[in-house]
Amino acid sequence: MSNLRIQARLAARGVDVDLAVDEGRVLAVLGPNGVGKSTLLLLVAGLLRPDCGRICLGDVVLADTDAGTFIAPHRRGVALLSQQALLFPHLTVAANVAYGPRCVGLSRSAARAAADRWLAAVEATDLAERKPAQLSGGQAQRVALARALATEPRLLLLDEPLSALDVTAAPAMRRLLRTMLRARRRTAIIVTHDLLDALAVADDVAVIEDGRVVEHGPAREVLTTPRSDFAARMAGINLVAGRIVRPGTIRTAWGTEICGTGDLEPGTDAVAQCRPSAVSVFTTIPHGSPRNVVPVSIAEMEVHGETVRIRADTQPDGGTGLAADVTATAVADLEMEPGATAYFVVKAQEVQLYPAGAVSG
Amino acid sequence: MSRPRRRHRPVQVGLPRWVYVPATLGALFVIIPLLAILVSIDWPNFVPLITSESSLAALLLSIRTATASTVICIVLGVPMALAMSRGGFPGRPVLRALVLLPLVLPPVVGGIALLYTFGRQGLIGQYLEVLGLRIAFSTTAVIVAQAFVSLPFLVVSLEGALRSAGSGYEQVAATLGARPTTVLRTVTMPLVLPGLVSGAVLAFARSLGEFGATLTFAGSLQGVTRTLPLEIYLQRETDADAAVALSLLLIVVATAIVIATASRRLAGPL
Repeated sequence: MSNLRIQARLAARGVDVDLAVDEGRVLAVLGPNGVGKSTLLLLVAGLLRPDCGRICLGDVVLADTDAGTFIAPHRRGVALLSQQALLFPHLTVAANVAYGPRCVGLSRSAARAAADRWLAAVEATDLAERKPAQLSGGQAQRVALARALATEPRLLLLDEPLSALDVTAAPAMRRLLRTMLRARRRTAIIVTHDLLDALAVADDVAVIEDGRVVEHGPAREVLTTPRSDFAARMAGINLVAGRIVRPGTIRTAWGTEICGTGDLEPGTDAVAQCRPSAVSVFTTIPHGSPRNVVPVSIAEMEVHGETVRIRADTQPDGGTGLAADVTATAVADLEMEPGATAYFVVKAQEVQLYPAGAVSG
Repeated sequence: MSRPRRRHRPVQVGLPRWVYVPATLGALFVIIPLLAILVSIDWPNFVPLITSESSLAALLLSIRTATASTVICIVLGVPMALAMSRGGFPGRPVLRALVLLPLVLPPVVGGIALLYTFGRQGLIGQYLEVLGLRIAFSTTAVIVAQAFVSLPFLVVSLEGALRSAGSGYEQVAATLGARPTTVLRTVTMPLVLPGLVSGAVLAFARSLGEFGATLTFAGSLQGVTRTLPLEIYLQRETDADAAVALSLLLIVVATAIVIATASRRLAGPL
């Protein structure tokens, strides 16, 4: 059963999409900048009218240009969390979170109780009496999430919620989104250009290019066997699928073990992920090192400016071959060429482990 | 637990030193005439001059009418600014130009326009006359004249505040379930309050100083339509000392308003 169905066209922004999100699933919308990802969210939130099309949430028609239906944003039950927290600057944190409950007619004390509950859920109880100007970017975004969830939305829209946060605040917010979205089986769309976000919170992934959906499917499928250019570039990040055998260790179906960081129970289906720049390459097995060593056969080498990307053969399960970025001099010193055997080495703390969870497989 | 606000003093690269010369001249150009009034005051007779019956009547009338016209400006001007900054109706630029016309119109012309609208033979006045309502040359006419010239000040000031505030917060409020009236009351207006206050102050000050339109449309009848500026102009012909004393009074009132609102803006929520 499909919960959200969007078929909409908006010529002025070059958007023509047809997407569905199932109830209780999180869809990550990926794509280069300026291809209409945010427009998609504005259409669903009711802040933009489609030229033509139909948007349904459950059995409620939010917009239908043929029938002339258009439900105003405040009656849609769709909350939007954007890149900027946009907390109302004249209200305290608690009053910001209580805003939604007040709008649906809750009494002052009931709304405040709801606000306290949601602030506790995002671990921001101690910020309740502050003004937004006294919050850091990460704190503000936490409060904004609590404010959006306090309206008990049927659908949550997130527009690059992490991109304005600095590198120290983003991981905590990502973990929080993960708990609040996936663990609670919420229906949500998250627009992002960061693969980490998609892996961390999304069940499904849709890739948009030039205003059109070019790929749509379970997250791991789209990210490990990309068909579009964008997903392929995204997949420049190394992904290895397997199962957790010990805390912090994943074993693939073909027996390779990789250590990484991530708090997962043994027995969980998981994905190990690392950046190609974190991978170093050796022609012989390096000794006396606690790092991950993966023997590979080199498939191709591409020069990108100062670095050379070394791509290994496709993984036994069909996943894109692992990649390593090394300097051109290193390639010359190592005398590597396609077809040669090499050892990809990566430190455990450079590898993140994510559950495959609701993702297929 | 507020973080201390750091004041940065960046190096100004677009400010050559010679700019200070004409800038100082300009400041003196504004300040010296005010000093000239101070030095020419007949201090021993100052209190009797400003407390004469005609002076007090003019002062009270001025404050009453300026307050009333400011209220009218707020009641009509806030919706106008909202419609012009947020509304999506066609012909907005043209309407905007027309509405702001009194800003550049000579007040006398405004007074004549009002006379031909609300006067006994006027466009609307002739029907009011039938109903027994006579506006021209009454205290109501003073208020109408002041509101006519002051309204654009409030609209321009508030419209600017609304545009710079943007609609991001309003969109968030809507997605949180706030109906349009609630958004206006709980988000839009609190955010542009400083703009509204400064607009209202400008309108009040403009009303307090109104001369041309008032004289043309309302005349100069002591206690009824003779406001402080009219009283000053009249006194100048017969009693120059009284005119100077009343001028100082107007300067003091104006200064008090500016200081009061400036401190309020500093202490305000934004």
